[in-house]
Amino acid sequence: MNNHTGNYIVTAENIKKSYFQGKMQVFALRGMSVSVGQGEFMALAGPSGSGKTTMLNIVGGIDNPDSGDIIVDGNNYSDMKQSQLADLRLNKIGFVFQAYNLIPVLSAEENVEYIMLLQGVAAIERRKKARAILDDVGLEGNYNRRPSELSGGQQQRVAVARAIVSNPAIVLADEPTANLDSKTGESLLNMMRTMNKEKKVTFIFSTHDNMVMDYAKRIVKLKDGRIEDDIIKER
Amino acid sequence: MYFQLAWRNIWRNSRRTIVIITAVAIGVWSMVFLSAFSRGMLNSMLENGKSVLVGDIQIHHKNYREDPSIDKSMERPDVIRVVLENSLPQDALWAERIKVSAFVSNARHSSGVTLVGIDPKQEERISFVGRSIIKGTFLEESDKRGVLVGKALLDKFDTKIGKKLILMTRDKNGKVVSKAFRIRGIYRAEMESTEKSYLFITMSGARNLLNMQTGISEISIVLPDEEMVDAFGEMLQEKLDTRLYSVETWKDLLPMLEAYLGMFNSFMYIWYVVVFIAMGFGIVNTSLMAVFERVREFGLLRALGMKPWWVIRSVLTESIFILMVGILTGNALGMISVFLMKENGINLAMFGKGAEFFGMSRIIYPVLTLNDVMSVNYVIFFLGVFVSFYPAIRAAQITPVEAMRE
Repeated sequence: MNNHTGNYIVTAENIKKSYFQGKMQVFALRGMSVSVGQGEFMALAGPSGSGKTTMLNIVGGIDNPDSGDIIVDGNNYSDMKQSQLADLRLNKIGFVFQAYNLIPVLSAEENVEYIMLLQGVAAIERRKKARAILDDVGLEGNYNRRPSELSGGQQQRVAVARAIVSNPAIVLADEPTANLDSKTGESLLNMMRTMNKEKKVTFIFSTHDNMVMDYAKRIVKLKDGRIEDDIIKER
Repeated sequence: MYFQLAWRNIWRNSRRTIVIITAVAIGVWSMVFLSAFSRGMLNSMLENGKSVLVGDIQIHHKNYREDPSIDKSMERPDVIRVVLENSLPQDALWAERIKVSAFVSNARHSSGVTLVGIDPKQEERISFVGRSIIKGTFLEESDKRGVLVGKALLDKFDTKIGKKLILMTRDKNGKVVSKAFRIRGIYRAEMESTEKSYLFITMSGARNLLNMQTGISEISIVLPDEEMVDAFGEMLQEKLDTRLYSVETWKDLLPMLEAYLGMFNSFMYIWYVVVFIAMGFGIVNTSLMAVFERVREFGLLRALGMKPWWVIRSVLTESIFILMVGILTGNALGMISVFLMKENGINLAMFGKGAEFFGMSRIIYPVLTLNDVMSVNYVIFFLGVFVSFYPAIRAAQITPVEAMRE
């Protein structure tokens, strides 16, 4: 286990996960242990099939490990029911997925608001917060545009805004720049770094792109479901 | 925003939504219109049944129904009149009658009929006969030799106004008596069988023919409100001497009609369910397609922390919107159709004989009742929501991981 900050937001111990592809058992994670401190900006790097997405899903509580313990913001998943995990995802974890994953019939502002609606935040406060965070991610004036009216980069910014609007303990981003051109990808990463610096949002993102890795303060390299290297750097 | 989302979601595939809304609307329309048509038919059967000398309540000699002869007359109608005057609501109407079986003949034909002695002033207010004279005049109280004849009987006897008919029956003393009566007027009834069955003479003419002084065969009562029938029937039964009189409501007098009305209501519900089953498949199919098209989206929502019950609620809300739009459209179409038909009715003349067999009028005027409309709406809405649980539960079962693999 690594201890980089002393104040862990995520602790994963000996996580194993396998699944079947047809009749063949695939070992996605073969006993992975990692700790992530508050305010980190960490990349899970590795080639396709190395277990990045599986690890993010397990940390996010949307997939269960076969064995091992995962503790996020003091909550041990093995002690929690599905409904408690759902509450945790709603209130403590922000997600950004590879393919934008916005609700197409809602505007940018409504997409950001929706998560707060589920949290039971009052309408006026929802609107205020949604607009403020959209301004922060550089989407001022695009509140009422639907995803189909936004570029890929703008859609990912909305997804990031939605992920951080409720001040989650951690934001998990699965290859957030994979569908973006390099310039737009960089712009998104700069924005995420700014959020990390200014708002102290903890980010864990998966990538196999060297440019994206350059932005990370810490890179955990995975290979065949195991940690190959754990590099700490400052940019 | 919750409702906004559901509303926008149903229009993501507008063509599919319009198809299912149309299906619901047509279903509701057909159900509303059919229930109005059926209610009109039932009302016409009921009105026809009651207007042919039945009314709402009848009072007879207690054995009259087993042996409807002159011997089973009520000899003290004055006693009954006092009870009626003291018990019935002010706008209730009643008429006294003498009713016997008779034989009518002329030079060409003869036929068995029911001869009815009436008080013209009382009768014209409560039964069809006063309102149905198509030729000649209605009877006058003092007319002891006038007779009203149905159009069908007149045609059968090949006779006309002013001609004589011979009426033969058994009098109060058991003797066969016959007298000639002159045709004063011709009446038209909803049913040909009525026109052939009933001849009307005045009460005084009947007493004269039957050698009766005071007795009457029946009193027919019409109440201002159908809902009062059972209560007043019971009350009169309590107030009148049950050793002498029996009080019966139209439900006792026309048991077939009562049973038929009950059966008809059941058929309506069966029809509602049959229409719904066809519609229900459409609703389930549409909702399932909408769910399967959005597997990734439901997975995303679950990943963001949406609980299964919230997913169920959001899919149900979409179904409810579709149902509500379909139901409102269907109701509007149904009401417009009924409104357009209300003036002239639906002419069943081409099924004249068949319709008459069931006691229906030739023209049916659709009747829309709040109760029928609400029944249709309840059936469609609640069954619609019920069947929508299936796609909603399927949506709630989608997990984020399997959705991401899509």
